[in-house]
Amino acid sequence: MSQTDSNLHPGLNLVGHPDVHHDSSGTIIFGFWVFLMSDLVFFGVMFAIYITMIGATAGGPGPRELFDFTSLGLQTAALLVSSLTAGMASLALKYEQGRTRLVGWLLLTLVLGIAFLVLEVRDFLSMVAQGGGPWRSGYLSAFFGLVPLHGLHVTMGCVWLVVLLFQMQIFGLVPVVKTRLMRFALFWHFLDLIWVGIFSVVYFGGWVYG
Amino acid sequence: MTLSDIFGRLSLDSLPFVTFLLDPSLNEAIASGAGGVVVLGGLVVFIGLTKYRLWGPLWRDWLTSTDHKKIGIMYIVFALVMMTRGVIEGVVMRTQQAFGLDGGFLAADHFAQLFSTHGTIMIFFVAMPFVAGFINYVMPLQIGARDVAFPVMNQISLGLTVASGVMLMVSLVVGKFSTGGWSAYPPYTGAAFNPGVGPDYWIWAIVVSGVASTLSGINFATTIYKMRAPGMTFMRMPLFTWTVVCASILMIFALPPLNAAALLLGLDRYMDFHFFTNDLGGNMMNYANLFWLFGHPEVYLLVLPAYGIFSEVFSTYSAKRLYGYPSLVIATMSIAVLSFTVWLHHFFTMGQSALINAAFGIATMLIAVPTGVKVYDWMATLYRGRIRFSVPMIYGIGFLVLFVIGGLTGVILANPTIDYQVHNSLFLVAHFHNVLIPGVLFGLLAGYSYWFPKAFGFRLNEKLGRRAALLWIVGFTVTFFPLYFVGLMGMPRRSFSYADPAFVPYMIVAVIGAFCIFSALMTMLWQLKVSIAERDQNRVPIGDPWDGRTLEWSIPAPPPEYNFAIVPDVKERDDFAEAKVAGQAYQPHGAYEDIEVPKNTPIGILLCVLSGVWMFALVWWIWWLAIASTLAMLLAVIVWSFDIHNERVIPAEEVRRDHEAWLKRIGDTRPVNRDHEHDPANLGLAQTELGPEPEGESALNTQQGAPQGVKP
Repeated sequence: MSQTDSNLHPGLNLVGHPDVHHDSSGTIIFGFWVFLMSDLVFFGVMFAIYITMIGATAGGPGPRELFDFTSLGLQTAALLVSSLTAGMASLALKYEQGRTRLVGWLLLTLVLGIAFLVLEVRDFLSMVAQGGGPWRSGYLSAFFGLVPLHGLHVTMGCVWLVVLLFQMQIFGLVPVVKTRLMRFALFWHFLDLIWVGIFSVVYFGGWVYG
Repeated sequence: MTLSDIFGRLSLDSLPFVTFLLDPSLNEAIASGAGGVVVLGGLVVFIGLTKYRLWGPLWRDWLTSTDHKKIGIMYIVFALVMMTRGVIEGVVMRTQQAFGLDGGFLAADHFAQLFSTHGTIMIFFVAMPFVAGFINYVMPLQIGARDVAFPVMNQISLGLTVASGVMLMVSLVVGKFSTGGWSAYPPYTGAAFNPGVGPDYWIWAIVVSGVASTLSGINFATTIYKMRAPGMTFMRMPLFTWTVVCASILMIFALPPLNAAALLLGLDRYMDFHFFTNDLGGNMMNYANLFWLFGHPEVYLLVLPAYGIFSEVFSTYSAKRLYGYPSLVIATMSIAVLSFTVWLHHFFTMGQSALINAAFGIATMLIAVPTGVKVYDWMATLYRGRIRFSVPMIYGIGFLVLFVIGGLTGVILANPTIDYQVHNSLFLVAHFHNVLIPGVLFGLLAGYSYWFPKAFGFRLNEKLGRRAALLWIVGFTVTFFPLYFVGLMGMPRRSFSYADPAFVPYMIVAVIGAFCIFSALMTMLWQLKVSIAERDQNRVPIGDPWDGRTLEWSIPAPPPEYNFAIVPDVKERDDFAEAKVAGQAYQPHGAYEDIEVPKNTPIGILLCVLSGVWMFALVWWIWWLAIASTLAMLLAVIVWSFDIHNERVIPAEEVRRDHEAWLKRIGDTRPVNRDHEHDPANLGLAQTELGPEPEGESALNTQQGAPQGVKP
């Protein structure tokens, strides 16, 4: 956590933007990192619960009956690509490539996020239709406690992004909107990271050990 | 559309007044009397505010304020109100057990509600907001900051905490609270055994206040990491601020497991999930682990800031630099880390292997080491100091003696083989009250006396304060020491009745102590009333009534909204004390600048009300209202985020004028020495008794500045 002039906080910095007040943007983004740490603990707890509940299917359907890896592959692709587009948006912001480009990348991120959510909800509904709802067993409770929690985060991220697009339209790229965009980007990459964990532990791990 | 679509499961029977009419027993009379007191109290406040036309000032100066000092004061007022209820509940429980041989006057269910609300209130709505209040008020002043990092989020934290505390008050008037204890273990608190509203009140109050505390932790940590004044390196921070670093880390990492535990219990109850149920693969041990993964760090979250307060008090009232500062910092950090490694000692008896129990038992005993280091450091601070036995110091001495006893019984309990004998007995109840009251509460009460003049500009009445402190110490000792004995004799905790007459004498002694504690609390309220009445003789406008050492004493009392007219340039630890010794405190300054402060905003109080409605709707299954208030909260935050011009500028001229008036006043004021600390002559300008440190000790204490300089 060096505090040199070129690196005020971990991650992408907007150094050289004369209108971004360095001290305050460093503070705000540091605070957001701390929030992400706290949120990570919440997810960590849910992962731990899931791992202890693998096998607690109480005679109900388990991972091998319920998981659809084709759909999961598409979801993973959508979310990982959306992380790339969010990264491109950050670069467009940092190197001032114009608002059209920035908005373009952000809209692409939003579309991919929504595509992910649609596929995920479809999966959940199909699990319920096969008798694999959360009320069926402890294992499925743990699944539905963790995976939709990530989905809820993605949903909130989408709402946040829509609000930010409006604010960019109304206020332009003022400093407060810039730091909000930077925080959004951190949040979005964080959700990607969680998804990698979910794919590896919940889906793949569940499939192997369930 | 039926009535239950509109009102959920709320009906007239939910009111205790109605059940009293149907069954006029003493038990019901007490229940509806308590509800009546809540309603009456609310009415009195409402009428008083209206009569004296205080709604406007309350709204403008307090409810919408983003000033960390006002938010801190509101936290503490809230904590004191809740403490009054918690103490009364304790007294009622002690009375019940004094008459509890084969009966007593309370029904079992009512007694269970009492110990559940007492625990929940004392931990979440007394200790937590009390600590958060001091952190809010003092920490930014100690590091030379003008506010916390996120002033609006701070206001929201307060709003959410108060809303969830109000839920506990509402549960007295509408419906019943949980009977599952403050830890609310399932499956007992699950839907199968407890279909009523009680556990739901607990769940939502805990979730909302848990979110509030997490946000507070983020706020405090960011403030300390990013907003220290120039020169305020980590190893120059006052020890209270160091303990806040640790408490914030604990809030950030330890609150999520609690939120998870409560929310998953909610999913079990509301949506038929099976996390913790007996059937279909549920596993209640997951709950026990989650709850205590929070629960143990929580006690250090509470006690570390109290240690910090005592560290300030001991050094100020001994007129000495804190002994062994680096070792105190390391000990504090060690406790913060170790606190995450011991949670399992709360359930040694719940079936894990002897090896696991042994590992956690040893980890638990290890915590006694850094704590012991601290106790020795404090005693060495007192050693050869010029000690003044003021109120905070009386609490401090009570703390040193009683807390060590409490800590030793903790080491006893940390041994799994002994724990098997005494777990779930009153021995345990005696132990944790023995650490929480002399440790946390005495620390907070010492801080209350110590910083009160800073916050309000006048000193509290010393005589009544000493009486209250002695009553607290005596009351605590008489109430809780007998419980060790009955605990060893085998009396289980949480029993409303018992059959062994051997317990009775101890229970009678304990109830006498409980009334002693109650009179201590009343003395404190009386002290507040008297002090307000005679405030003109006790004013300390210059701001340094106790010959203090840290930056908060270097500014007027009460401090201006922007705290520091000129941001201090810190050169060493205890900078203000060193400046006084060198005769360089209160130097006139030239370079004033415009100061930006956040504007008032109603978002905090709005979220307070909306989250209160949301919780009530969820508890009573009023689904339309729950959805509506969820959307309203989301909308409120979004609308607020569009208001981006939320700063107000205080012109440099105004800062200069106020600051120079204060400096002029210092020139006109006669400094007082420590013998006249409690005289009206003490206007807050100290004739300092601090001297240069003696050679031998400064050799131990010169590691200032860079964190790598931490060497014994």
